[in-house]
Amino acid sequence: MTRRYNAFSLFREGLRGQTGWKPAWRSPEPQKQYDVIIIGGGGHGLATAYYLAKVHGIKRVAVLERGWIGGGNTGRNTVTIRSNYFYPESVALYEFSLKLFENLSRELNYNIMFSQRGVMSLIHSEPEMEMANRLCNAMQINGTDAEIVDVDGVRELAPLLNFNSGARYPIFGATIQKRAGVARHDAVAWGYARAADALGVDIIQGCEVLDFLRENGKCVGVETNLGTIRANRIGVAVAGSSTLLAKLGGYELPIHSYTLQACVSEPVKPCLDTVVVSPPIGTYVSQSDKGELVIGGGLDRVPSYNQKGNPPALETILSGLLEMFPIFRQLRLMRQWGGTVDVTPDSSPIIGPSGVPGIYLNCGWGTGGFKAIPAGGWLFSHLLAKDEHHEISRPFDIDRFAKGALIDEAAGSGIAH
Amino acid sequence: MQIYPCPFCGPRDETEFFFCGEAGNDRPEPASSISDERWSKYLYTLENPLGASREIWMHLTCNEIFVMERDTLTHVVNGSNKIEREGE
Repeated sequence: MTRRYNAFSLFREGLRGQTGWKPAWRSPEPQKQYDVIIIGGGGHGLATAYYLAKVHGIKRVAVLERGWIGGGNTGRNTVTIRSNYFYPESVALYEFSLKLFENLSRELNYNIMFSQRGVMSLIHSEPEMEMANRLCNAMQINGTDAEIVDVDGVRELAPLLNFNSGARYPIFGATIQKRAGVARHDAVAWGYARAADALGVDIIQGCEVLDFLRENGKCVGVETNLGTIRANRIGVAVAGSSTLLAKLGGYELPIHSYTLQACVSEPVKPCLDTVVVSPPIGTYVSQSDKGELVIGGGLDRVPSYNQKGNPPALETILSGLLEMFPIFRQLRLMRQWGGTVDVTPDSSPIIGPSGVPGIYLNCGWGTGGFKAIPAGGWLFSHLLAKDEHHEISRPFDIDRFAKGALIDEAAGSGIAH
Repeated sequence: MQIYPCPFCGPRDETEFFFCGEAGNDRPEPASSISDERWSKYLYTLENPLGASREIWMHLTCNEIFVMERDTLTHVVNGSNKIEREGE
């Protein structure tokens, strides 16, 4: 049986007719009792289970997933990984995540195809240039890499952009984070799943949580379609469904569910080797290894759980794309989809106790959860193992709303959610 | 393109409308006797229902606000009414 992935095992399996590969993870029946149950088999849930087993030695862990692992927002995002935020708390969080991504393929023995091709945020006016300088200074002070290039620098990196003098949004320059990049979303979920499974974590798909089990005011397990499963602590990492679980658990959240759309074009030859964002136009684009242009933008401003998206938001995204790259009007769109994202009032995530003893939260990532998967998993596993915050996650506790200690990244770094 | 009904102007394109918040979240009064927790709940806590939802919307072209009843899963609009003060 071949378990480890490397050049030698690939060669050996080639000679054996590929008959020795084991499934990457088991599909066990749920046990009656675990130390920790994670609800939600997306990137955050699987990463949490992996770090619980790996870092904290807690191996009686179950990940309960209603559908299939990585089928929610982990499989619906546009795979951009970056840490160019404004506030020190946010940079500490996302920079930690980026650093974990940099070594993740080796750590998991699974190629997540992390490509640090840089993220370029376009600047379209003189005032924006000054704001970009402020943001760049903040990022450098906070200890992450950021730089500003002028229009010639932008032309060198993405010559297909619209540099015409008559452009509706003329290009003055860009802020660049060179260590940012993209990774394969399925591989992140599958890599964590495989590594967690190897450490003894039970990944149970097709298992929907119907209710929480409570004894003496403490949550001691869950009722599922596969029966009752008990645990000492329960972590909820369900992105767009966070409010639905909160209603079952009896706690409240400051979360709105919105649809975030994305789409890909037909595959073409390599033409764009960085991620380009235009904050005022509200569109971002990168090219996948298959050649498809991966296109995204802002939220549909209509509260929704429907995972499809409305045409006006898509029209805004695509007309913005054609404003940025007029040559792309020759392309045909191949697929469009939507995911339900949970948006907090300050566009920052919530990590911490729920208020109900035994239930812990990892939610509120809005449109930016994918880039935070390793850090979210690391910090959430720390919370579940020790029942106390890691210093990086403490500012993101839900108590920040009552205290007024918001970390408003919509205002800080101008992110679109 | 979805069509939303404005109680004042009739059916119009969805792009003319702006979502303002959930209906029924009344400001707690008097402010001097409201705890931080209650105020925070008023400001931030949301019902965020799956399915039937009562929401405050603005029709940007006539600037009127009104209550729209929608389904957050199917996007079907079930009602659109102007906001009336108690006793009117």
